[in-house]
Amino acid sequence: MTFEQIDSSVIQKSVDEAIQRYGAKQDELIPILSEVNRSIGYLPGEALDEISKQLKLPKSQLFSVASFYRMLSTKPRGRHVIQFCENAPCHIAGGRQVWQALVDELHLEAEENSADGKWSLLTTSCLGICGVGPVMMIDDDIYGNVDPKAVPDILSRYH
Amino acid sequence: MKYYRSHVLVCVDPECLKKGAHEVEDALQDELVAQGLIDEVQVLETSRIGDCANGPELMVYPEGVHYTNLTPNDIPYLVEEHFLKGRIATKFVQEDKKVIDEELSAPTSKEVRVVLRNCGVIDPENIEDYIAEDGYQALGEVLTEYSPEQVIDIVLRSGLRGRGGAGFPTGKKWQFCRASAETPKYVICNADEGDPGAFMNRRVLEGDPHSVLEGMIIGAYAIGSSQGYIYCRAEYPIAVRTLNIAIKQARNMGLLGKNILGSGFDFDIEVRMGAGAFVCGEETALMASIEGRRGEPRPRPPFPAVKGLFMKPSNINNVETYSNIPQIILRGPEWYASMGTEKSKGTKTFALAGDVKHTGLIEVPFGLTLREIIFDVGGGIKDDKEFKAIQTGGPMGGCLPKEYLDLPMDYEELAKAGSIMGSGGLVVMDEGTCMVDIARFFMEFIQDESCGKCTPCRVGTKRMLEILERICDGKGQEGDIETLEMLCEQIRQDSLCGLGQGAPNPVVSTLKHFRDEYEAHIYEKRCPAKVCKSLIRYEIVEGVCTGCTVCARNCPVTAITGERRQTHVIDPDICIRCGICMQVCNFNAIVIK
Amino acid sequence: MTTIKSLEDLKKAREEALKKRDVKAAAGTAQVIVGMGTCGIAAGARDTMKAILDTIEKDSLNGIIVTQTGCIGLCEKEPIVQVVIGNQPKVTYGKVDPEVAKRILKDHVINGKPVSDHVIQM
Repeated sequence: MTFEQIDSSVIQKSVDEAIQRYGAKQDELIPILSEVNRSIGYLPGEALDEISKQLKLPKSQLFSVASFYRMLSTKPRGRHVIQFCENAPCHIAGGRQVWQALVDELHLEAEENSADGKWSLLTTSCLGICGVGPVMMIDDDIYGNVDPKAVPDILSRYH
Repeated sequence: MKYYRSHVLVCVDPECLKKGAHEVEDALQDELVAQGLIDEVQVLETSRIGDCANGPELMVYPEGVHYTNLTPNDIPYLVEEHFLKGRIATKFVQEDKKVIDEELSAPTSKEVRVVLRNCGVIDPENIEDYIAEDGYQALGEVLTEYSPEQVIDIVLRSGLRGRGGAGFPTGKKWQFCRASAETPKYVICNADEGDPGAFMNRRVLEGDPHSVLEGMIIGAYAIGSSQGYIYCRAEYPIAVRTLNIAIKQARNMGLLGKNILGSGFDFDIEVRMGAGAFVCGEETALMASIEGRRGEPRPRPPFPAVKGLFMKPSNINNVETYSNIPQIILRGPEWYASMGTEKSKGTKTFALAGDVKHTGLIEVPFGLTLREIIFDVGGGIKDDKEFKAIQTGGPMGGCLPKEYLDLPMDYEELAKAGSIMGSGGLVVMDEGTCMVDIARFFMEFIQDESCGKCTPCRVGTKRMLEILERICDGKGQEGDIETLEMLCEQIRQDSLCGLGQGAPNPVVSTLKHFRDEYEAHIYEKRCPAKVCKSLIRYEIVEGVCTGCTVCARNCPVTAITGERRQTHVIDPDICIRCGICMQVCNFNAIVIK
Repeated sequence: MTTIKSLEDLKKAREEALKKRDVKAAAGTAQVIVGMGTCGIAAGARDTMKAILDTIEKDSLNGIIVTQTGCIGLCEKEPIVQVVIGNQPKVTYGKVDPEVAKRILKDHVINGKPVSDHVIQM
């Protein structure tokens, strides 16, 4: 699967559901954006248009908020998003070797998507589980004590 | 006005009851009334003071004295000795018991667990577990016995200071918010713990969420609020889930929502998730985020207590600050104030990380020295190497060398030394750490997380990072140190929020204490700690090398050449400094220069 | 869950919670507590929990209560499992993968012999 245009009806449904859940108010903007980002995988321009209409907020404001937060993306993401902790404690615990293993296995650099649309490789800030570093998240799954040699096996669990 | 100077906890576990605990308790109540002390000494029922083999038993606070094997006839003497004459009635004290609440003592004897007392002990998804551990009893006391002003007074007297980093007296903060006339008022919990290496808040949110809820409800009663928010970072999905379960259970039991405990007081809590921005740990940025805007800080005044969330009076405190409140109410402010130093009362959780034997979370009273924390609680330096420096307070904290090992943990002492308490992160560094590299590392984090609003921070940290990277890369120049110093001063003075103001701290402190390392990098193109890749060379020592070829065969970039049984040579231009050759050499023939 | 409408209700709720705990202790009930904080889960605690629940179901083991707790502060030793049998002192195990979990159930919980090579001295 490559980065196809996401169907408009999918976008509409995702936005409608998010707004119904949280309410069409400005202070619910970030929960709404997070929800849509979660269900579609990122925030396509069409989604921002629709949210702007329903919340009666200028699109520039939406874009300004969406581009500020690391966990929201206005660019397409792969089906599976890897977030690798690049902060000091994980680094000290051997993070560099794990990162190298990820780069070698996926042939991607940080913030890149794989051509087949399967993976996004991102770095993230401290996830707060430094006692079991090195640490990474794939989608909602958390992996600790990651051994560089185990990286191919972990990645193979995702389709 | 009810002001209890002492609390007596009577154990009412089944075994103690069988031995007559209720009779002892009744005798105690009667004697306190007879002596006119009933308004000064509070009697509470509890469980598991000791192991009940020596019941009936009492624990008296704030002294923490454990009286055992009591009968009703002993009570008049005990009351006279302890409460009227102020002497411990030693004949009822078990000799081998320490005069510190054993329940609070954790594996290392210097730790005292107040905030962390339930973590790992109770099931966080079962509110009954929390209730069994005296959960919500403090709330019950507050709603039935204290006015909001009295609650604020208790918190003031405890000396509790904000645990998020700034250390502002919590009681005062609540006072300011109470004094604001505008409504509605909001109570906010800052659970956006973003300091790398710090996960104290996560532990409490996942292990004892109700302690935070209870603290918030008590705070809301004190300031006059009926709506609360917990802003939790999105990187803690399990904590968010645990919080929502706890809130639901509290609501079902009538401890949140309308008419709590029949007192007429309404309060409810909503969890809001962050979206991956470190700066949202700053209070005004956090509120902007809840309002659905970019997480950019704003100038203060006006302070949140006057104009906060939605421009209404708001009280915002850290997770740890709130989770101290129930214990302070139950055990009394004097108990809390009996721990710590003159200006820094109570305990603090710290995250010990880096080159220390026992990493992880600890909770100790203020006043413990860095030496005690690193060597007693932390077990000393890993591999018994030499201690070089410790960074306190997270990425915006200063690095302190061994001259400061006897510094007591105290807000003012740390500030005087050029660092900060911060959220409690402690990174221990041994002799193998390059201080310039460490400064660069933290500047990288800060630059990445700068929100971008203030030019000095946004551009200044970028320029500083560029200089630090050049220095570590062997391209340091004359004037670099002076430029760094100037930038530090500008960024500190002109930034709007704590992130910018603290950003220069790692550089300022390493320049102050380790200037010679910077100079070696720049003028001698040498990294004294042998860390910076561009400034080190891997060399094979002639005379030690046996020519076994193991290193050459393992080198990933074929940088090593040599004949069998002849000393091998590493080409420094090809070598990537990965260190594999050193690892595989069986003769220790490879050194770093 | 009963609603608590007053301080008396709260005190009663506490007594009941304590009583429940004592009944468990008195009956010699075995409690297996799995650390399910994020650090535990990152280290594989979900698999450990699953192995424990599966073994209990497969072998029809009775009288064992399985609960969870948060992070106990020994993150390097996760997954951590604590075992409390009746009134006996708690035994804490570290690095409990599914295989070790099964051994703990069979050797310690059923047959009363702690699995010494995984015990953490607290």
